[in-house]
Amino acid sequence: MQYGKYRFIVGFLIAPLALYAVFVISPFIQTFYYSFTDWTGVSPEFEYVGLTNFELLWKDDLFREAFFNNMFLLVGLPVLTVLLALLFAFLLNVGGTGAGVRGIAGNGFYKLAFFAPQVLSVPVIAVIWYVIFSSESAGLANSFFGWFGLGPYEWLASPSMALYCVLWVLTWGSVGFYLVLFNAAISSVPRDIFEAAFIDGAGRLSTFLRVTMPLLWDTIQTSWVYLAILALDAYALVVVMTIGPGGPDNSTQVMALRIAQEGFQNGKAGYASAMGVVLFFVTLLVAALLLRATRRERIEY
Amino acid sequence: MAIKTQNRTDPSVSQPETWKRTRGDISVTAASHIVLVVWSFVVIVPFAWALVASTKTTGEIFGDPWSLPADPQWGNFENAWDKNVGEYLLNSVIVVSGGVVLTMLFGSMVAYVLARYTFPGNRIIFYVFASGMMFPVFLAIVPLFFVVKSLDMLSTYHGLILVYVAYSLPFTVFFMHAFFRTLPTSVAEAAVMDGASHTGVFFRVMLPMAKPGLLSIGIFNILGQWNQFVLPQFLSPDRPLLTQAVASLLSNQRYRADWGTVFAFLAIAMIPVIVAYLAFYRQVQSGLTSGTLK
Repeated sequence: MQYGKYRFIVGFLIAPLALYAVFVISPFIQTFYYSFTDWTGVSPEFEYVGLTNFELLWKDDLFREAFFNNMFLLVGLPVLTVLLALLFAFLLNVGGTGAGVRGIAGNGFYKLAFFAPQVLSVPVIAVIWYVIFSSESAGLANSFFGWFGLGPYEWLASPSMALYCVLWVLTWGSVGFYLVLFNAAISSVPRDIFEAAFIDGAGRLSTFLRVTMPLLWDTIQTSWVYLAILALDAYALVVVMTIGPGGPDNSTQVMALRIAQEGFQNGKAGYASAMGVVLFFVTLLVAALLLRATRRERIEY
Repeated sequence: MAIKTQNRTDPSVSQPETWKRTRGDISVTAASHIVLVVWSFVVIVPFAWALVASTKTTGEIFGDPWSLPADPQWGNFENAWDKNVGEYLLNSVIVVSGGVVLTMLFGSMVAYVLARYTFPGNRIIFYVFASGMMFPVFLAIVPLFFVVKSLDMLSTYHGLILVYVAYSLPFTVFFMHAFFRTLPTSVAEAAVMDGASHTGVFFRVMLPMAKPGLLSIGIFNILGQWNQFVLPQFLSPDRPLLTQAVASLLSNQRYRADWGTVFAFLAIAMIPVIVAYLAFYRQVQSGLTSGTLK
């Protein structure tokens, strides 16, 4: 196998690596470089300004608001999504009539339906929900809540509700994916384990909490990280669905939207790059903290 | 993993008859169904409503949101077609076809070399690719715009295709790397004995063996690139893809008074994806989730 090995390796790696270097690695490095400059993005001239951008960023109220909105999503999205997906996975797997380990009828249909939002693009979903959250009293959401004598609400037009609408749509779109993920993980656990628990007299709930959950822990841990990264982005949904974009009174501002606005509309590419650097470290920190905080002993089966 | 799901034990089938049904069980089942049906409605109603709205008048959409159209407005679709939906669709098809084919080729080449050959720098290259999965595109969007601009590739098919490939490589390499590691070495060794070259082994032996993995990651890439919005929004302002066109439905004054046309436009964007999903949903679900389980 040695003949021509290195020529082959280089031949296979060179084009993909070049592409990756030009379009991924170099922009990432440039973000760090430009964050120390006053580059406008328009003129080719710029100067090194040290940490000025970061000092300005520290005092930037709008960016702080965007940061805290991301933090709100960062807490809300993973918690809601994982809880709902686990609940549905639990019902799908043990809700059936029979023993404590029996799956529910119609399991395939539920998975098919719940997963559907995952295959449609964020703009499609955002337009649909924008219209559903119409503040007119005959809007879909308002007419639904009207049946229960609630509302009408302002939804996306209300500074206090708009971010909850964003959280809702993100959760709504994510639950099905994580349900299918958890369900696949449960299905790969040998049935003997569940049967043993049943024979030992464990009920549905205790089987789920004491047997299924610990076996799923690795998958849940991965899910936290993925959902956290999603919550730190949220750009596409915010930019299409919310008013402005950025919501009434900037109530749905997120860091990614600030980067786009400063970098492309306000001609502050250097400043936007500094925001990118902050987002980079926040992402890294959150992922590291989550992996550390949720670390458990791995169970082999 | 795609492979695992094929021999999984589905609890809903083959249950021994010895388990007795009790009244408690039945009420648990009923309660479970109620919860699951409610969430099914929560998911399906928005899509179904949007599809129905594509045949209604603006007055009907906002005046009588739950009713069917008195007189289906098929003209909405003609209006949407007049707003160039066909052109955007074609742009998306071209970019995604090119992007997915090249992603699969480059991704498997890199993954194969990294998984099957030892050479200095192997681990470093693997981690450089893998770390690309961690960070949102947003961190680098401003410099990326100027890189693409300086190459004169803004609003071009080839520019978008190359960028799509570059940003799809991390996950594709990561996934296929794991896949190539699980394949047996004996077949490849036999091919080498018969005088096959390194390249020949890859294309004639290893790629065909990797078909299940290629299928999963292929579906993942098709959907991911088809639904890509951030990259084309910044890199292809003058040649919009379908996702951009959908996003601009709300900001574009041309549509404002005519919500029936907006929904017809949406329906044209949604229907191909929904049909493909209904036809291949098992592969789609395992394709999208299998990589995450690794």
